[in-house]
Amino acid sequence: MPSADSRLRVRKQDAVVQVEFIDRNILDEANIQLISDEISRIIDQEATPKLLISFANVDHLSSAALGALITINNKVRNKNGQLRLASIDPQIYEVFVITRLNKLFQIHETAEEALKSFA
Amino acid sequence: MSNQRPTNPSPSPASGPLVVHHRPGEVEAVQASLDAAMVAAGYSKPSLFAVRLAFQEAIANAFNHGHRNLPPDTPAKVEYRVSPNEVLIVIEDQGPGFSREMVADCTLDENLEVPRGRGVMLIRNYMSDVRYNEKGNRIEMVYRRPNPSA
Repeated sequence: MPSADSRLRVRKQDAVVQVEFIDRNILDEANIQLISDEISRIIDQEATPKLLISFANVDHLSSAALGALITINNKVRNKNGQLRLASIDPQIYEVFVITRLNKLFQIHETAEEALKSFA
Repeated sequence: MSNQRPTNPSPSPASGPLVVHHRPGEVEAVQASLDAAMVAAGYSKPSLFAVRLAFQEAIANAFNHGHRNLPPDTPAKVEYRVSPNEVLIVIEDQGPGFSREMVADCTLDENLEVPRGRGVMLIRNYMSDVRYNEKGNRIEMVYRRPNPSA
């Protein structure tokens, strides 16, 4: 369960854990570490995690946040789980394209589309 | 023409050398004045996004890499100037400097899953001109307005 000072909104629907960010800017390394730890705990609790991370409220993210997403992706994969990203602002999506991380992650335009994509 | 800066510029198109610590609020305060100066100069949302991203990556590099082996309260020096056609940002840390050759190409397939090393690449992509001093502890970045309406 997220703690009172959680930076995330978390809910589970049809075996998929959906995570949304509370902060509009995901820049500060200490904050990113907290978010990463919180998502890691969610992954630890799931036998075969199905995780959807929505960026609907996010205006900015840093390369440290991209690094955290890669670590999360590796953890999900190690448990034979599935990770989807959704609702990424076009400017932020460009950051994924520049870094070629759009090839690594399964990214969907909307959370609804992402939900449908889980096997 | 006096060399004195205005006493209460709001928003200032240029900062003096600012001493910035890695403390909550300090980086955000510089970011906010830089944003305000860019908005006042008529820069668009994509321009603000580009400059914010480069500033955040460069200041994070200064504190997290440059100052890695220094006391946590070691400050970095920041200076910016917002002109109608370009934005200049200079960040200097007190670390030993870094060599760009040490940063692996994170876009290669074999490095795609390496969690670090994307900051410098993003700075280069979003800024028009990026220079380091010889020591590698000072970055000078210029963002040029893409066209008059941008």
